[in-house]
Amino acid sequence: MRHCDTTRLSPAELLTAADSLLTELGDTPSAHGRMQMAYACSCDDGGMEVIYVSSAPTAPRAAPAPQGGEQTLGRPGGLLSQGTKQPYKVWRVRPEDRTLPSLANKLPLLGWYEREMMDLYGLRFEGHPEPNPLVLHEGEPRDPAPLASGFDPAAPARDYAPLPPIVPQVQGPDIQRLPFGPVRADIVESAQFLFFYIGEGILHYHPRLFYKHRAMEGRFQGATLATGAVLAERVSGIDSVAHALAFAQAVEGAMGWRAPPRARYLRVVLAELERLYNHLHYLGHLSKTTTLKVGEAEGHLLEERVKQINGRLTGSRFLRGLITPGGLRRDLDITGLDKALDSVNDEIDRYLQRLENTRSHLDRLMTTGRLERQVAFDQGACGPIERASNLDRDLRRDHPYANYEKVRFSVPVQQGGDAHARSMVRMEEIRESLAIIRQTIGRTKPGEVLRFDVMEDADPQGEGLGWVEATRGGLLYAVHLSEDRTRLQRVKIKEPSFSNWRVFPFTVEDSNMMDYAINEASFGLSIAGADR
Amino acid sequence: MPVWTWFGLQKGRATTPWPERPGPDGQEGVLGLPRFDATCCSSEQSGCSDCVAACPASAITRSEAGAIQLDYARCVGCQLCTEVCPEGAFSVSHDWAFGVRDKADLLNPAQAAPTNPDAAKEAELAQAMKGFGKSLHIRHVDAGSCNGCESELQALLNPFYNLHRLGVFFTPSPRFADLLLVTGPVTAAMREPLLRTYEAMPQPRWVMAAGTCATGGSTNGGGYACHEGLDGILPVDVWLPGCPPNPAALLEALLLLLRRSPQRVHGGVHESA
Repeated sequence: MRHCDTTRLSPAELLTAADSLLTELGDTPSAHGRMQMAYACSCDDGGMEVIYVSSAPTAPRAAPAPQGGEQTLGRPGGLLSQGTKQPYKVWRVRPEDRTLPSLANKLPLLGWYEREMMDLYGLRFEGHPEPNPLVLHEGEPRDPAPLASGFDPAAPARDYAPLPPIVPQVQGPDIQRLPFGPVRADIVESAQFLFFYIGEGILHYHPRLFYKHRAMEGRFQGATLATGAVLAERVSGIDSVAHALAFAQAVEGAMGWRAPPRARYLRVVLAELERLYNHLHYLGHLSKTTTLKVGEAEGHLLEERVKQINGRLTGSRFLRGLITPGGLRRDLDITGLDKALDSVNDEIDRYLQRLENTRSHLDRLMTTGRLERQVAFDQGACGPIERASNLDRDLRRDHPYANYEKVRFSVPVQQGGDAHARSMVRMEEIRESLAIIRQTIGRTKPGEVLRFDVMEDADPQGEGLGWVEATRGGLLYAVHLSEDRTRLQRVKIKEPSFSNWRVFPFTVEDSNMMDYAINEASFGLSIAGADR
Repeated sequence: MPVWTWFGLQKGRATTPWPERPGPDGQEGVLGLPRFDATCCSSEQSGCSDCVAACPASAITRSEAGAIQLDYARCVGCQLCTEVCPEGAFSVSHDWAFGVRDKADLLNPAQAAPTNPDAAKEAELAQAMKGFGKSLHIRHVDAGSCNGCESELQALLNPFYNLHRLGVFFTPSPRFADLLLVTGPVTAAMREPLLRTYEAMPQPRWVMAAGTCATGGSTNGGGYACHEGLDGILPVDVWLPGCPPNPAALLEALLLLLRRSPQRVHGGVHESA
């Protein structure tokens, strides 16, 4: 796979490999290296292969001294991205008799990936600490596994009698059980949350996701490369740019293409506009949960203003229909963008300052939903969530893509791990995004935006890995092309909300019901992305 | 808190007067669903089916005789057809107000003469509207959307659109709801919760399919996990394709249900085309 160091392992070697990865990472959570994901795919001989992808640990290098003219760029204190472009590590394993040893006890974040493979591919993972259904609900037929022989778009939707979820036995005279959802109050996504609580204290919390599982990864099978980008935009609508970009970069890696410079700069602009409206929405929603009504209205109004800027700039409020493998489908006129952002910049600044000075708001955030650094690392937290728990990782800097290596920005990190820290990280990221867009506008030169020339060796297997630091964290696309390289064969999406939903319950248990909504809002999770 | 109130008051009015009085609808530059002009298409003679091959949503079909038809109920507005058509039969447009009462109005070219609205249903609505005044309460159910539709539905409540000024409210309980607003292609897991929500609603009740997933399944419908939208699952009163429909389109479709806004698409052609 392009951008990866690949090792073929036998099932027996898998546990040793996991141990040596742990040794390599050391006792303390490494700033960069980590297991990222695992997924199954069918082989040509009818067998199955499981692919593990991890990022290599690298020490960030010191920034070079700024050279003439460079000082004025960016925010003071900002670093030019210093990624070492260390390749990802890939292990490929052929299961024997559809069985592999589970690595969930060594690398806990793999627990959900293994359960996903059990449900959708019918694989078995021996020694899994929690071998319960995940993507398919309890009661859903499990044999044959729906993706074991590929995705059939003509298959009828499954009809079954659902069973209650498997949860630990929580019993006691005063313990109450509250199932909430899947149809919940307000305009929200569908999921069911199960609380076991005494008075205000939450003893156990079980989020039952995957009501929105649409088999999105399966839908890529057989699609053309251009169609794949349209599909990627529809996995998680509010992360359309991130998904299309990660997909496009994965395909470009497999094909040996490289998007032209102008397209790479414009991709940065699009990605940061997406972060901007998402983070503003987040602050509005967080204000709602702390009952700061004007703060809610203002956050959502600013989000609307940015979405209207998006609409005028690209024709889509979600910035869709532009990114495609090879570059952009059409050029963008960004001459007015600077001015348009000026019109909201001061308002955003004042809004952020007011939030930072409102004690009633901060009182509800501080100490709420604390996530320890080690838990964040072990369970796979990503994006603003991990950065709020003192894990200094950001793919834009650590593994630069598009043209992020040419812009200067800093990666905000907080120590607290609570709802306050998570909102602080996002507020700072809003400021950084505005600065990144301004730098990028200044550097974007006229030129072509779409190119299908082979610039480097194409991947011999026709496989590529694409990655993006999306609003909600690290997003990876692994793409396997068909033999003639015109169609998609297997696409795996490592979605940041899938990662963060796994982490979230660790902050809910032993907290109280009053804080739940605030804590959930502070995580800024998407359910469509997690469920796919 | 007083500081915030002062801050809010100081900023003045953020809400657009549209659609009741002239004003910005907030959708400047936003693309709608593509226009299709069958008179420019020579597929019957040339055998060209580039648009059919390019469409990721199977919204464009070619009959055995070679006639091209666009079903807006499945169109996600990706604009790929406008890029591949050698004859310019497909063109980009800003036609986003695509709410219709009869799904047949989403076919271009129209398949049959437009049917008249169900007279009994119309009378029921007129009667109910008298009782409601101008108010409408909505229960929204996400039946497997990508969250794009929810993002735009939430936007209806922001100060720019301020949906409440039109007497339209979202309600937590289906027991208080007049309208069930459904997004998403209806996943296998959401089918039963959706039907139970509908059953919990008092009569008279209406249903709106919002977004192309709900109107026709589209790119995200079908297969083991999903149905193809609301067809055959619930009786639908307003169909609104769009991926996602923008807040102004949602607002117009709600007013279309209340007969406070006209239907702009007939026989698959938008009035501004």
